[in-house]
Amino acid sequence: MSETTTAKGLADPAARRQLMSGVEPEPGSSKPDPILKVDNIVRQFGGITAVDVDHLEVQRGIITALIGPNGAGKTTFFNLITGFDRPTSAGRGAHWSFDGATLDRTSASKVAKSGMVRTFQLTKALSRMTVMDNMMLGAQNQAGENLAKCLIKPFWSAQEKQVEEKALALLDRFSLLEKRKDYAGSLSGGQRKLLEMARALMSDPKMIMLDEPMAGVNPALTQSLLGHIQSLRDEGTTVLFVEHDMHVVRHISDWVVVMAEGKLVAEGPADSVMSNTAVIDAYLGAHHDTDLGDDALLSDATLEQLEAEVAAEEAEREEEQRS
Amino acid sequence: MDDIQGILNAMMRTAVDPQTAAVAIAVIGLNIHFGYTGLINIGQSAFMLLGAYGFAISITQGWPLPVAILVGLAVAFVFALVLGVPTLKLRGDYLAIVTISAAEIIRYVGRSGGYESLSNLTNAAQGIAGSQYRTPFTDLSPFPTGTTQLLPFNYLDVAGGSTVVRLLGWLVVVAAIWTAVRIGRRKVGLEGSTRTLAMVGLTALVVVLLFFLAPVSQRNTGVNGWWFTVVAWILVGISLIIVLGLTRSPWGRALKGVREDEDAMRSLGKNVFAIKMQALIIGGLFGAIGGMMYVLPAAVQPDALGRSITFFAYTALLLGGAATIWGPVLGSLIFFVGRVFLIGVANTYLSSDDYLNIMNGQQTSQFAFIIVGVALMLLVIFRPQGILGDKRELRFNV
Amino acid sequence: MSRTSVLERGVVARAAAFLVLSLLVAPLLLLLSSRSVEAATLCLPKKDETACIAGTMGSRAEPIEGVDVTLTKPDGSTETQTTEKDGKFAFTITEPGNYLVGVDEETLPKGSELRPPANAALRGPEGTIKVDNVQLGQNYGPVLTVRPKGFDDSTSKWDEFIQSSVNGIRLGLLLALASVGLSLIYGTTGISNFAHAEQVTLGGMVGYGLVNVAGLPLVVGGILVVIICGFTGWFQDRILWQPLRRRGLGLTQLMIVTIGLSLAMQYAFQYTVGARTVRVVVETPETRDFGSIRITDQSLWAMGIAAVVLALVGLALLRTRIGRATRAVADNPALAQASGIDTDKVIRLVWTVAMGLSGLSGILYALIVNGVKWDTGLQILLLLFAAVTLGGLGTAFGALVGSLIIGLVVELSPMVIPGDFKYAAALLILILLLLVRPQGLLGRPQRVG
Ligand SMILES: Nc1ncnc2c1ncn2[C@@H]1O[C@H](COP(=O)(O)OP(=O)(O)OP(=O)(O)O)[C@@H](O)[C@H]1O
Ligand SMILES: [Mg+2]
Repeated sequence: MSETTTAKGLADPAARRQLMSGVEPEPGSSKPDPILKVDNIVRQFGGITAVDVDHLEVQRGIITALIGPNGAGKTTFFNLITGFDRPTSAGRGAHWSFDGATLDRTSASKVAKSGMVRTFQLTKALSRMTVMDNMMLGAQNQAGENLAKCLIKPFWSAQEKQVEEKALALLDRFSLLEKRKDYAGSLSGGQRKLLEMARALMSDPKMIMLDEPMAGVNPALTQSLLGHIQSLRDEGTTVLFVEHDMHVVRHISDWVVVMAEGKLVAEGPADSVMSNTAVIDAYLGAHHDTDLGDDALLSDATLEQLEAEVAAEEAEREEEQRS
Repeated sequence: MDDIQGILNAMMRTAVDPQTAAVAIAVIGLNIHFGYTGLINIGQSAFMLLGAYGFAISITQGWPLPVAILVGLAVAFVFALVLGVPTLKLRGDYLAIVTISAAEIIRYVGRSGGYESLSNLTNAAQGIAGSQYRTPFTDLSPFPTGTTQLLPFNYLDVAGGSTVVRLLGWLVVVAAIWTAVRIGRRKVGLEGSTRTLAMVGLTALVVVLLFFLAPVSQRNTGVNGWWFTVVAWILVGISLIIVLGLTRSPWGRALKGVREDEDAMRSLGKNVFAIKMQALIIGGLFGAIGGMMYVLPAAVQPDALGRSITFFAYTALLLGGAATIWGPVLGSLIFFVGRVFLIGVANTYLSSDDYLNIMNGQQTSQFAFIIVGVALMLLVIFRPQGILGDKRELRFNV
Repeated sequence: MSRTSVLERGVVARAAAFLVLSLLVAPLLLLLSSRSVEAATLCLPKKDETACIAGTMGSRAEPIEGVDVTLTKPDGSTETQTTEKDGKFAFTITEPGNYLVGVDEETLPKGSELRPPANAALRGPEGTIKVDNVQLGQNYGPVLTVRPKGFDDSTSKWDEFIQSSVNGIRLGLLLALASVGLSLIYGTTGISNFAHAEQVTLGGMVGYGLVNVAGLPLVVGGILVVIICGFTGWFQDRILWQPLRRRGLGLTQLMIVTIGLSLAMQYAFQYTVGARTVRVVVETPETRDFGSIRITDQSLWAMGIAAVVLALVGLALLRTRIGRATRAVADNPALAQASGIDTDKVIRLVWTVAMGLSGLSGILYALIVNGVKWDTGLQILLLLFAAVTLGGLGTAFGALVGSLIIGLVVELSPMVIPGDFKYAAALLILILLLLVRPQGLLGRPQRVG
């Protein structure tokens, strides 16, 4: 199966459904064209096992959601495969590869360079730098970042221009354009999430891994963010994201992977996986009779209430800034 | 008034002293470490000492001047590698602890007589006398022999050195500095080349006026003479230009990124270790150049380039403003001149029978250092951005 | 120029004359000795012409007279000099190369022999000492000391090892007193306190003031030192650290504040007592021998007190409520606060105890090394940080282990390298450890993301 055909054809929902229909909805099932393959990753902190994944494949060109209760090990899993942490099982069967290249011993920066870029649950804005500088750092292979060339401007000024244009375009897309001269430290929590995502996109990643991108972002913006994520996918970027909001998960993900207590407990398309008993067990314990995907849990009334709260908060913040 | 003029003259002599310039260069290096990259290097004195040793020993071995300079730089380069490899992958504290320890080790080793072959080169605690390595540098001097006073036309030539003229002059100096600082902190609506031009113009005015108000007379070529002064300050200028170029480039941006958050930089595909190492080396090389310049008019004495120099460098850097271009130079000037001022005041007014006599001669200089320490604390607490830093940066602590 | 060559000719002539005439006209030479010996021992190396291999037989304090010192040249020929009253010998060298210096065992005092150099690389054949790679224009000083004959090398090394180990543990315990506090402060507040060393000096200085100057009994003085230093900790936190915590000053800034404090304190010490070494007690301490170990009474007491106090601190950390709270704060201040621990109170206590402990460490240190100077603390700051880092930043028990290791390394390393380099050895250990176990011996890695 050639990469280009899959990537091109996946803007169509039917094509995606078609693609994933052949995949068995079971933890660790194999995908038609996996971009990321993980085997045997175990991470222990003292006594507790935070992550223990036997096998996982992530399909290229679609949006995969990684869900699970708090402390399930999702962030730790992200850390492990992006090189920010080392599995306890390193050297004892732990093995993972991205786009055909083995990552077992690859450093975080090399992982990012190879095209798998992540964001952080607790945002890491570069506070005492402007929003624009934050963005500019996202671009890869900048000649001007080479110590040998940086003193001679002609080496890098043309590239700098291009990067700048790209950064402005992305800022515009993420409604941060007016903030470009502000220090990133002065942004609100939600704005930082946006900045971090925009910054990650500066490198045109093959796969982007988002750790709770919508947490703290107001509903209106969530909507447009979801739009961005979908259009990313349509342009051929693979997306893996962690999210607690089932509504969101159901809305945009083509495939859902569920973790609990470090293990994969289920996989499948969004609609079916939420009614999976193993998943409900994981979230609610053994006594329950609710379907997690049930919109009753996330009725419009609740959503509206949430929206109102967010709006109130927003207003408060603005007031603060004015004073 | 004579007392005051005496203190002012001493301050002015310190201001042009090549050793002040030398420390300023080391502080410029420290600024790359600490100000831009966030590396807590508490061993800048070791870079200076190693540069000085490399330089001085090469010359005593009969090597030519350019080679000696390269050796000094090479030693600092290797030292940066040795420090960086084990620590730069770890949290910042480790670099702090390892650099301060390593600096002390270098000093111990330098003053040690433990290994014959080593102490033959370093001459142990006694150090290497300046006369042993200074000649090749002095020989380069294009200046004729003799003594020159700057400015030859000074306050004594106007109205017989009347107090009014001097006061007026000082008022102009203060006003010019105040304006320059405002421009430096972008409080005045000047941008781009106008801003640079205004800064240069004001700086020139202040320098000329200062020499007018407190003329300095030195030999042209002798130890600590004008030849040393001119070379030292030209080196400061070159260093500033290099740092300006570096920090305004994408590389400089990457440095700041590392300072703000290493993990974020890793997630963006930057090789944080390499960037930190490059910064450590570049800053260390500036330290080495500072060290060579520092010992040229003096001697290579391990104890003179110890921990205190590093601490002074930090005080100077924070005083001027970390992560600013001019901060290190301004800070070093204020630091050294201020210290001379304190010692001068203490000597004149606190240790003399004419006024108060509450301390002896040695205590006056210790008194000045106590004030320096307290000033460093107060500075960090109340004005951590220094004189030139941007207050906005402070709102978000990292 | 000409003066030196005259001198050299004088030296050569003197050596030859001495060999021939020593037996015949010894009394005469003795009469002239004061002048001739001076001329004889004066060897000045001349650039590109001569070098000197010179030194003192025995030690400068106890020179040995009448020993035949033999120089073996690169070509195998030899030259011999007999030492005078001052024990000095001086060979003028005109050829660069590798030389050997030896003594005639017969001429040594009865029952003694030449001590082989500690550095095995310097040991030449037949008990000689190597002076390798001699270059013109330089001075070389081989060390010729003696030791009792039949001196069993293995047991002597062993005795030295035992003695050094005891000294190492002594140093380690005193370091631990200070470093446990340093580590607790780091753990609870995140501050790398560079002024900690000055607090150690302060302990010694206050001890000097109370015991030596004011004449209080040592025990009373010691207790007062701990109380006063503890109070400085309480006071510092009250007026400095707590307000700064409230202001939300960054950790780097806090560290620089401690540097400023350290600078101010150093010069305050100099301002008050000057740059001299002052002693807490004036009498020379009594020494005791346990087998081959020689130790002063004061050292014994210091070790005992340090061990007991450290044990108490450890017990308090493990068993008492406040101790557990302290560990909780060190572990995770936010969580501790959320679970109802008054972190400010805990941190205040930590500062108080830490400064009290370093004060105690300071007075004990002043007692065992026989004095305290304005930079006494500075000299061990390096060791304190090495110990804390070695054990794992922020872990109290790690600091204890780290201190003992550092103490031993510092005291044992002079057995293999020159004494000046013992601190370098401690640092080397630290760097090596950081390479293999960055979080220190008992530390834990940090969470990302
Ligand atoms: N550095 C660490 N030291 C000790 N325990 C850790 C560390 N990092 C993670 N853990 C533990 O590992 C488990 C998994 O944590 P992780 O952050 O991966 O959860 P998560 O699935 O991302 O949760 P959430 O949805 O709340 O973000 C948790 O129990 C956590 O306490
Ligand atoms: Mg998480």
